[in-house]
Amino acid sequence: MNKIIGNTGFNASRRGFLVGSLAGGLSLGFNLPLTAKQAETPEINAWVVVKPDNTCVVRIARTEMGQGTLTGLAQLVAEELECDWKKVATEQIMPGQNLARKRVWGEMGTGGSRGIRTSHDYVRRGGAAARMMLMQAAADQWKAPVAELTVKEGVISHAASRRSTTYGKVAAAAAKLAAPDPKTITLKDPKSWTIAGKPLKRLDTAAKLDGSKIYAIDVKLPGMLIAAIKDSPVFGGKVQSFDDSKLAGRPGFKKVVRVKDTAVAVVADTYYHAKTYLAELPIVWDEGENAATSSATIAALLKEGLESAGPDNGGRKEGDALKAIAESAKRVDAVYSTPFLAHATMEPMNCTARVTADRAEAWVPTQNAESSLASLSEAAGVPLPQCEVFRTDPGGGFGRRGGGQDYVRQAAEIAKQFPGTPVKLIWTREEDQAHDFFRPISMMKGSAGLDANGNVTGLHFRISGQSINAFSNPGNIVGSKDERQLQGLWKEPGDAQLGYTVPHLLTEYMMRNTHVPVGAWRGVNTNQNAIYVECFMEEVAKASGKDSVVFRRELMKNHPKHLAVLNAAAEKGDWGKPLPAGVHRGIAQFMGYGSYSAAVAEVSVSPAGKVRVHRMVLALDCGIAVNPQQIAAQVEGSVAYGLTATLYGECVVEKGRMVNLNFDTYEIMRLAEMPKVETVIVNSGGFWGGVGEPTICVVAPAVLNAVFAATGKPVRSLPLKNNKLA
Amino acid sequence: MAKLNINGKVRDIPAEGEMPLLWAIRELAGLTGTKFGCGIAQCGACSVHINGEVMRSCSIPVSSLKPGDRIVTIEGISPNLSNPVQKAWLELDVPQCGYCQSGQIMAATALLKKTPRPTDAQIDAAMTNICRCGTYQRIRQAVHIAAGNAAGAKSAASDSVKI
Ligand code: FES
Ligand code: FES
Repeated sequence: MNKIIGNTGFNASRRGFLVGSLAGGLSLGFNLPLTAKQAETPEINAWVVVKPDNTCVVRIARTEMGQGTLTGLAQLVAEELECDWKKVATEQIMPGQNLARKRVWGEMGTGGSRGIRTSHDYVRRGGAAARMMLMQAAADQWKAPVAELTVKEGVISHAASRRSTTYGKVAAAAAKLAAPDPKTITLKDPKSWTIAGKPLKRLDTAAKLDGSKIYAIDVKLPGMLIAAIKDSPVFGGKVQSFDDSKLAGRPGFKKVVRVKDTAVAVVADTYYHAKTYLAELPIVWDEGENAATSSATIAALLKEGLESAGPDNGGRKEGDALKAIAESAKRVDAVYSTPFLAHATMEPMNCTARVTADRAEAWVPTQNAESSLASLSEAAGVPLPQCEVFRTDPGGGFGRRGGGQDYVRQAAEIAKQFPGTPVKLIWTREEDQAHDFFRPISMMKGSAGLDANGNVTGLHFRISGQSINAFSNPGNIVGSKDERQLQGLWKEPGDAQLGYTVPHLLTEYMMRNTHVPVGAWRGVNTNQNAIYVECFMEEVAKASGKDSVVFRRELMKNHPKHLAVLNAAAEKGDWGKPLPAGVHRGIAQFMGYGSYSAAVAEVSVSPAGKVRVHRMVLALDCGIAVNPQQIAAQVEGSVAYGLTATLYGECVVEKGRMVNLNFDTYEIMRLAEMPKVETVIVNSGGFWGGVGEPTICVVAPAVLNAVFAATGKPVRSLPLKNNKLA
Repeated sequence: MAKLNINGKVRDIPAEGEMPLLWAIRELAGLTGTKFGCGIAQCGACSVHINGEVMRSCSIPVSSLKPGDRIVTIEGISPNLSNPVQKAWLELDVPQCGYCQSGQIMAATALLKKTPRPTDAQIDAAMTNICRCGTYQRIRQAVHIAAGNAAGAKSAASDSVKI
C-alpha cells in the first residue's frame, strides 16, 4: 500500500501511516524546513525524493479534494521516473516552500479542472529528469556509458557487465548531479504508458476509512482556542453593536471579537461553547442599502436585461440572426432561468491561525494555497516570507475554496487578537450557506428560426445575469466585455466551444450584477449555459419535427469531436431503442475545460409529478485519460452534484439575505435517488482536457429534455421541484 | 461530568448535559473521525452507533446517555481496516474527499448487522447520509460486496468503458 506523507505542520496521528506496509520513514514535525528533510532523504529534484529503501516520494503541488488529482499526478511522474508504483509515496508542497524556491512547483491553484491539464508537461519532465540523473549516477559508479543502461521499476541494469542497482542505492549520488539539459528530455508517448493511463487505485483511500485522516477541522494544536463567527446576514451590512455582558464567566468563554466591520466572533475553549454563546449574543446590524433586495427584485433586474436596448457585454455576431429569424417559416421563442446555488461542501469553511508579530501560520482546507498564504499575510500584517500555510485536503471544494479565502482572513483577524495562541475558526452550516460565493443567477431569452424543411436559419441567445469577474476579477473584463459568462458558447476551439454551426448566430451577454457575492461553482458558467443551449435546442428540434440526435448531428458537421461524444452517448445510451412504459430519454452535449461531454438520461415522471432518473450514460472526451477509474468516479460524482442542482438546488434571497441555511431547506440528493451511471471515456488522445468539471453541465439538460419528452412541456426554470409536472 | 463508554473504554468526559454527543466525542474525547456537517440530524456525517443502532450524534445531548450505553465511533469499527465494509470501501475506492465516509461506514455497518443481505430498497432506506462528492453508486455496490452479494454488486457496478 502506498503512503501519503503528511507535511501539515503538526504530528498527524501515526496510525494512518502504520496502516501501510511502508511504516516508518518520515515523520515531519512542526515547521521542519525543507533543507532538514533533504539531509534525511536525497531530493533528486523538486518533484522527486528517493529514500534509501527505494521509496519514491513524489511531490504534489495541487490540491486533492476528492477529485483524484493526487493519484493522477503521481502516476504521471512515476511513469517517466520508471519507478516501482508500489513504492510511490506522495508529499504535499506548502506555498511558503514554493515561494521560498521561486515557485519551482509552479501554480498551486486547483480549479478550472486544471490540476493535470496544465501541469502534465512539467511534472512529467520532473520525473524524466530524475530518472536521467539516477541512471547517470549508476553509470558514473560503473564507469559505463549511460546509453547502455536500462531501468525497470526502479532497478537499473547494465547487461554488458551484468550489474544492477536500485534507485535507493544511487539516490545520494544522483542528488549531487546537475539537472539534465531540458532539451535532452524526451517524454514517453502515452501509447507506451504502463502506469499513467491505467485504472490504478487511489493512493489516499485508507485513511478515509477509519477516521484517521486529518482534515483542517480536526487540527489540534497546544493551547488552541475555538471561534464561531457570524457575518452580517445581509450582504454589505455592518455590525452596529453587540452586548456580551451576559457571557462573562460562562464556562470556557474567552472573548467576543469584532472581525472587520462586518462580523462578530465568539472565542471559547470548545466549538460547542463558541457557537452556543454566539447564538445567544445579541447583535445589532446596520443592514445597509441591500436589505430590501429579494429574489423578486433580482428577477426583475434580469428581465430588464433580457429586454434592454442597451449595449451588450460580449457575444458573437455572425450574419444577421435577428433578420433570419424574423423572416423564417417558423420561429421558437423561450425564456429560461437558473437560480443562485451554494457549494455546500461537506466540510464547512474553517481555518486555524496562529499569529505573532513576526510569524503567521494557518492550517487551511484550500484549493489555492498561494491565495491562502497571501490572504494570511495581508490579514495578519506579517510579510509573506514569514508566513506559512499548512494545507490539508479539503472535505470537498467545488470552487468554494479558491480565490476568495474569506475564512482565512477572518481566522487571521481573530488570531491577531490572541498573539501566539492558535485559534481555530469553524463556520456553522448556516454561516456556510449564508456566506458562500454563489453560482451566479441568470436568465436566457432564446429565439430560433426554422425554414419550411425544419432547418435552422438563425439562432439568438441573450443571457442576462451576474458576472463572476465583476465580483472577483474586474481586471478580466475587457472594456465592457466579459466573455466568461458565455462559457460554452465561444467560437474559438479548444476550451468551451459551441458545438453547432448555423447560418446566422447572435449571442449576447447582458451584465446585471446583484449585491450577492458570486464565484466558481463546479462547472461554473457551463452549467447554466448548457441548460440554456441544450434545452432550447431541444425545443427547436421538436418544432423541426426531427429526432433530437438527428437534428443536432446536422448542425455539428464542423465539430467532429463534439459529434463523436454525442454519438458515443447516444450509442451506449441506446438512443432510439425501446424503453419500458413511462420511461423517456433526453440527450445533451456541451463543451468546457477543454473536454467534450454528452449525456443521455432515462427518466420517468409519476402521475403526481415526481421525477425519477433511472439511468444516465455520459460520454467524455478529455483527450488523454490519465486514470479511467478516477474519471468514472468524477463522472458519477458530477451526476450527483448536477442532479441535486437540477432537482432541488436554489438559494432564495429575502430581505437582502439568503434563506436556505441548512440541508432541511437546501435539499441534497441522497443515495436512493442516484441513477445508475455509465461512463464512456472517448479516449481520442492528442490533447489534455479537464475531468473534474466538464460532465456536470450536461446532466441537467439531459434530464430536463427527458422530462420534456415525458410531459410534452419544456421545463424552463430550475430547480425541478418548483415546476408543476402533473 | 459524564461517564461515556466510547469504543469499549469508559471515560470521564467534562461535558455539560446539553452538549451534543458529537462535540463531546470530537472536542473532549479527542476522536475526530466523527464529523460535523450540519448539526441538525440531516447529513449523517456525525453518525455513531449507540447500542448497535446508528444515530446522528449532533442531535443527541450527552445527558440522554447512560454510562452503560455502548457508543462506537469510526475509530472503533476495527483496529486494522478489517471490517468487511472497510474492505469493500477500499476495494472500490469509494471515498472521494472522504469527509462523509466515516458516517457512511457507520450507517453501512449498522445496516449489515441487522440485515446481512440487504436489497437495493433496503440500502436506499438505510443509507440516507449526504455525500456531496456523489459517491452513492459505489456505496451501493460496496454494501453489496460487504454483504457477499455478488449479483447485487454487479448490477450496481459502475459500467464504465474506454473506447
Ligand atoms: S452533523 Fe449530524 S447529521 Fe449532520
Ligand atoms: S466523499 Fe466527499 S462528501 Fe462524500
